[in-house]
Amino acid sequence: MSEGREQILAGIRRALKRGRLDAARETALRERVAAHRRNLVPARATALDDAGRIDLFVAMAEEVQATVARVASPAAVPEEVARYLAAENLPADLVLAPDPSLDDFPWDARPLLRIRRGRAEAGDAVSLTPCFAAIGETGTLMLVSGPGTPKTLNFLPDTHMVVVNIRQVVATYEDGWDRLRSAGAMPRAVNFITGPSRTGDIEQRIELGAHGPRRLHIILVDDRQKAGDGEDE
Amino acid sequence: MLATSSTFEANARAGLANPILQRALALMQSGFPERRRLAVERLPEFEALRDIGKSIKDHTLKHLDFYLELFEANVIASGGQVHWASTADEARAAVLQICRSVDAKVVTKGKSMIAEEIGLNGYLEQNGITPVETDLGEYIIQLRHEPPSHLIAPAIHLMKEQVADTFRAQHRSLDPARSLAEARQLCDEARAVLRPQFLAADVGITGANFLVAETGSSIIVTNEGNGDLTQTLPRVHIVMTSLEKLVPTLEDAATLLRLLARSATGQEFSAYTTMSTGPRRAGDLDGPEQYHVVLLDNGRSALLGGEFQDMLRCIRCSACMNHCPVYAAVGGHAYGWVYSGPMGAVLTPSLIGIAEAGHLPNASTFCGRCESVCPVKIPLPKMMRYWRERQFAEKLNPPVYRAALSLWAWMARRPILYHAIVELFSRALGWAGRDRARFRTLPLANGWTAVRDMPAPEGRSFHSLWSEQQKDRTGK
Amino acid sequence: MRVALFVTCLVDLFRPTVGFAAVRLLEAAGCTVEVPRAQTCCGQPAYNSGDRANAKAIAQQVLDIFEGYDHVVAPSGSCAGMLRVHYPELFANDPAVLPGAQRLAARSWELVSFLVDICGMRAVAAHWDRKVTYHDACSGLRELGVKDQPRRLLGSVAGLTLKELPGAETCCGFGGAFCVKYPDISDKMVSDKEAEIVKTRAAAVLAGDLGCLLNIAGKLHRHGRRIEVRHVAEVLAGMTEEAPPIGVPR
Repeated sequence: MSEGREQILAGIRRALKRGRLDAARETALRERVAAHRRNLVPARATALDDAGRIDLFVAMAEEVQATVARVASPAAVPEEVARYLAAENLPADLVLAPDPSLDDFPWDARPLLRIRRGRAEAGDAVSLTPCFAAIGETGTLMLVSGPGTPKTLNFLPDTHMVVVNIRQVVATYEDGWDRLRSAGAMPRAVNFITGPSRTGDIEQRIELGAHGPRRLHIILVDDRQKAGDGEDE
Repeated sequence: MLATSSTFEANARAGLANPILQRALALMQSGFPERRRLAVERLPEFEALRDIGKSIKDHTLKHLDFYLELFEANVIASGGQVHWASTADEARAAVLQICRSVDAKVVTKGKSMIAEEIGLNGYLEQNGITPVETDLGEYIIQLRHEPPSHLIAPAIHLMKEQVADTFRAQHRSLDPARSLAEARQLCDEARAVLRPQFLAADVGITGANFLVAETGSSIIVTNEGNGDLTQTLPRVHIVMTSLEKLVPTLEDAATLLRLLARSATGQEFSAYTTMSTGPRRAGDLDGPEQYHVVLLDNGRSALLGGEFQDMLRCIRCSACMNHCPVYAAVGGHAYGWVYSGPMGAVLTPSLIGIAEAGHLPNASTFCGRCESVCPVKIPLPKMMRYWRERQFAEKLNPPVYRAALSLWAWMARRPILYHAIVELFSRALGWAGRDRARFRTLPLANGWTAVRDMPAPEGRSFHSLWSEQQKDRTGK
Repeated sequence: MRVALFVTCLVDLFRPTVGFAAVRLLEAAGCTVEVPRAQTCCGQPAYNSGDRANAKAIAQQVLDIFEGYDHVVAPSGSCAGMLRVHYPELFANDPAVLPGAQRLAARSWELVSFLVDICGMRAVAAHWDRKVTYHDACSGLRELGVKDQPRRLLGSVAGLTLKELPGAETCCGFGGAFCVKYPDISDKMVSDKEAEIVKTRAAAVLAGDLGCLLNIAGKLHRHGRRIEVRHVAEVLAGMTEEAPPIGVPR
């Protein structure tokens, strides 16, 4: 293995007609990486105020066949879940991410919802997860894996519901990276999800639900009217 | 993968004569280019991002050894392993060794052109391991024992009737009376058939659109979700990738990601853009226990510092082939190997040799459309010309052609003789064609007149007429 | 302005009318036009075939012949592109010759873009009662940015209506040696072009490169079509009465 490594590195240096970079150059490159400066960022989302950014996120998400329901408070989330499942003619069984951010919703108010907490298994039809951030520029959800957010919830079930608080809506992917870096070590997986699963592999015709979820339902908690609600996701 | 690039002419003829392929190519032509155009129109910064994307790649390539070492250190720090493979053999061996170490029987695969390049599927099968393609297009061609015909839509050469026929022939346990008339039904069937495979797999192999040195991460850009199921469910995740996929930081990746989906399918962003870093963490409820990156060279490092370095900027978007009139005429299989269209015409000779792939850089009019849509501004026609220079230097062109070219160049450097001959030909051909002003056949010009008439010259050369006119002007 | 006409080998052999149209237009724009006698070819056939040595030798000849003019103008995007874009590339590693190549490149132009962009021409005096369509030759379009200029001048031709050609920017399949090296593929490309032209119901198709025009005309005529094929310069110079269309007898 290390023989291949030395061969490849030597081959690269030979082709570039130099030896290993000197210490000064390597330091400069490390600094470039550590600084991780943003390149040009499109103005599409950054030029907007908070409200505009949220509206952009919703519009872009709906454009790619995600559905978005705005609710006025976290307390309304279980009600929206029940409503959506009934409207889509889906059984009231769902698997919830075991993440603490979902603990405090009043699930007890919806006793007909059969909820399991954990990762997704083969037979699960519906999942509900939180997200890490929501990217306005393309209506993209940013989800990260962790003990409370197993990745299988995002891909195995046919229907994936995501709870987004408006405070999680950021303008750009770079904003998402910044939040991720502040949150600590890199997770195993970061999923940028833009609409439900799809394929165009047959005659260029877009069909939803190739292998991942056929339905992506975003529950946007917009509790801007509530003063003093300091809960951060 | 075994190459048939040397029989490009016959391959192309077969493609031209294939009515199903022609229908499929017409669909492609009416789809991708327009969608890309709309996506580009919608992002005012697109052109500026092309320049930035180009410079990110150029910077990385110039310091590739540094960034590879940084990438490796970060993969290891996050609990993963890196296997450096100089050759296809070494890459295959590395994958086999990993599979054997967990007694793997079934391996699911997300789309990986590197895996195609090294013929991984056949090798695994020979060694008693079953590879299962999960990208819908790749799955279809795996069933049909065909190679991919496009960089991102491997089954683009097929119409839905053929897919239906294949599914009927291969999914024998399903009800023969079922309808497979619609794409929807075909997708649903593939989803149902492949789901148990995802769950049963011991090892999942994905490619990588980008590798991020800053974090030791690999990024895949998909729409189906198969790549994610492939890399999450099995115990082992192997990333099959090559040296030049590296970018320095997450911000650099974001810039290139803005270019990729728009250039490929005209999407703002793909449905699933996934970054994976190492195996599952303590406390994770799912995810692989092992994370391996197989880094393939296979001739790429040799391109650095030379005429073809720019080709290493390629982010595998497929814009070039989507806009290429030659690809649109003959389809991807004509190119005879993994990579087709303009990027294939440049990359293939550098990976399998110009003797085998000689036709590819020649089957181009240099119309330049590929370069105009390349998100990282690779000068594709120029590099095809470099290949032609190498062929010329090695005398790989047909002798008749070289002779004609030499004669032309010899004459062009002798103006008096040149003008006399041109006048002679214009008079002779002008006279021969005086009645119809065109020829249905012309000796030595069969390549032309087989399919079109040759307009006759006007009968005098411009220079002879101009001289006469000048003489008249000054003479009178 | 003292302008040298770069005739191009195809114009010289097949259709001098185009050369005379170019002269007429340049003189109408106020230029003095000379035609250096010793010119032959721009060297593109050798260059595109990978014969760099011969391409350089021919190019060197061109540099010598066209020294000293204010501008060098060719009724062809591919030949003008050769001078303007590729000569500096050819001599990039030749410090003795490169400055001369760069000087020539800076002074070299495709005809119609020269008239509009450098001479400031906005209208022509010609008239031609036709519905025409226009094919954008690849080199002119992508190497030299020739797109709006011919449309602008055609718009000033009395009696002429322009119907845009779907796929106007798609290659016609000529590509120099390509059309005889890969005739099947070339045939497909020119057939597609023919189909688009026919669908416009235009009476004529124009372009700025004779290679494309010979290719397109040859295909149209093989199928017995009566669509006229002309170089855009002939139309702009008002020479449509003086010379029959390409491939049509007097």
